[in-house]
Amino acid sequence: MDYFLELFFRGLTRGSIYSLIAIGYTMVYGIIELINFAHGEIYMIGAFTALIVASVLTIHGVPQAWVLSVAGLSAIVWCSAYGYTVEKIAYKPLRKASRLAPLISAIGMSIVLQNYVMLAQTQDSLPFPNLIPEISALSSVKKILSSSEAVILGASAFFMVALSLFIKFTRLGRAMRATAQDREMAMLTGVDVDRVISATFIIGSALAAVGGLLIASHVGQINFFIGFIAGIKAFTAAVLGGIGSIPGAMLGGMVLGWTESFATGYVSSDYEDVFAFALLVFILIFRPSGILGKHRAQKV
Amino acid sequence: MPAPGSVLMKEKSGAIGREVLRGLGTSLWFCFLTFPLLAVRVNTIEKTVVWRLSNMVWVALASFFLAISWRWLLSRRERKTKRRDEPRARWLARKFSGDRRLGAAGMAAVMAFALAFPFVSSMYQTSLMITALIYVMLGLGLNIVVGLAGLLDLGYVAFYAVGAYSYALLNLHFPWYGFWMALPVGALLAAMFGVLLGFPVLRLRGDYLAIVTLGFGEIIRLILENWNAFSKGPSGIANIPRPSFFGLDLSLHQATLYLYFLMLAVTGLTVIAVMRLRASRIGRAWMALREDEIACECMGIDKTRTKLTAFALGATWAGMAGVIFAAKTTFINPASFTFMESAIILSIVVLGGMGSILGVILASLIMILLPQYLGAFSQYRMLLFGSCMVAMIVFRPQGLVTASRSYRYVERFGGRKAKDAGEKAPAA
Repeated sequence: MDYFLELFFRGLTRGSIYSLIAIGYTMVYGIIELINFAHGEIYMIGAFTALIVASVLTIHGVPQAWVLSVAGLSAIVWCSAYGYTVEKIAYKPLRKASRLAPLISAIGMSIVLQNYVMLAQTQDSLPFPNLIPEISALSSVKKILSSSEAVILGASAFFMVALSLFIKFTRLGRAMRATAQDREMAMLTGVDVDRVISATFIIGSALAAVGGLLIASHVGQINFFIGFIAGIKAFTAAVLGGIGSIPGAMLGGMVLGWTESFATGYVSSDYEDVFAFALLVFILIFRPSGILGKHRAQKV
Repeated sequence: MPAPGSVLMKEKSGAIGREVLRGLGTSLWFCFLTFPLLAVRVNTIEKTVVWRLSNMVWVALASFFLAISWRWLLSRRERKTKRRDEPRARWLARKFSGDRRLGAAGMAAVMAFALAFPFVSSMYQTSLMITALIYVMLGLGLNIVVGLAGLLDLGYVAFYAVGAYSYALLNLHFPWYGFWMALPVGALLAAMFGVLLGFPVLRLRGDYLAIVTLGFGEIIRLILENWNAFSKGPSGIANIPRPSFFGLDLSLHQATLYLYFLMLAVTGLTVIAVMRLRASRIGRAWMALREDEIACECMGIDKTRTKLTAFALGATWAGMAGVIFAAKTTFINPASFTFMESAIILSIVVLGGMGSILGVILASLIMILLPQYLGAFSQYRMLLFGSCMVAMIVFRPQGLVTASRSYRYVERFGGRKAKDAGEKAPAA
């Protein structure tokens, strides 16, 4: 039972990270129907930025609580900036092009970002300091739920709730929903669609930054390639829940996290990534609209 | 008198000033953007920080000029779409394709060069050329799937792996099993995998298809990496024999020469096959499907079968290329079949121009050979690939060489008639 619970929480922790990244995919897809292939790289850049800022601060002897918050904040700021810039360079000029065009430029962008980080920093894996403090209240259940897992769960729950409230109640959130439903109609009613799209990229990237910081701190090492796998898995989560739907992305992330953790725990740990990809292939074949997605008929 | 002129001058200098200001703004923005990653380097073990502020100067300069040229290119693109004419850009291509004698002369020159190449260059360069030709083949194969049928396949490398591993494994278990027997088997196996993958996923819309194929490619690689009993895992398979020449023992030099000519012949066959395919009934069905699926179904084209053929044929070439790759390197492991490989092949197709044979050949020669001669710059290779992909899709989505078949067809056979029909239509 303990083992089961351990796997359960491990899956939940991973799942919530996947959800955080998946939200970025799903929001962008909901609004401009584009798979933002470079999203995984944004998450990787978040982890790197956090690592750099945190190391500089630690070397200068800043207390740990400050290190965590400043590193997190700068990861969010820089990731948002990257997300915004990527959209302006690679997607905005292609608004009117065919569907495949932005996808190809997204792949190009992803390659560029990966190699940029590799050349600017390093090819090797970097150790990531554990920024999350130990919580003494959790010491009795340490084996089942570690404190970093608890922090990840808490933080992702917080950000997801905040995002849902934001989408639901603010003016910009309403504009986003309107744009997702019908871009032209939203434009006619006075929504500045370009601004909404930029905002979507910024919010999605900020969440990816949070995900990057948390998972890097949890796993303990990063390299320039982590964005690729994480990106595909988050995309799987988004598709699993129904792409375009934010609650769907959260749910999909959890399901994927559990699938992975139980499959690796009970079957074999060699094929961890295979399970995720196989799940993706099966979902797309048997229920392409996902768990919470609506089936849309193709229009002429 | 000078009044209007000076107003114009003022306006123009104002516009230039605005552009420069915008460029400066962009360059500041990029300095901010790249600051943590480019200016700082931390050593987490020794706990030291290296500040590389000089990098910022380069970023500022480069982004300033890039921003200005980017905006200039964008405005040029706008103007072009407004004017809607492009005869000058297509002039060269048409000159070559339209004028048969010129085309034949060009062909002969290229062929003579290709045949003489191994005798005038070093073995290293010949071997490089073989690699480039393998990519030509892969590019042409993927061109069927992406360029002609419009199906974005991001897991193309899986079929390449199937081909390579089919030869390596067959030879490992049955040492008498040679290259020439493996070539058709590898092609066939890859085609089977293509159908196997294609059958369930081809119902999916374009971007989903891209992701599923990517997942499939990764699954194949991960299986090869982890299933030690089957594929020997990450350590790979060594001592794969080179192609045999009527049972003669060839020295390394001779074997390279032999492989070069073999590859040349196979590439030539591929070009002819793709050309014939493109002009055939199924080829035209692919292109029609790429343009409009629903219209195709209304015209009675079997969507699934047409797509499956594209997938299977594309995979066939990847399989053959895989067998040749295994025979060339004599050692394969799963690391040769990562997603990056798929991305390189895709960027070749995009760069060359989707659907264009000449374009794909040129692009793969450029993409594979150029980085080798850049020396110190070779580490920037992938950075260059990626930026080329983005820039190409934004500014020249038709690629280096525009696939011009449809235009020629209209001009030769349907141009006049189509016009007549168009004039008559409203009256009827």
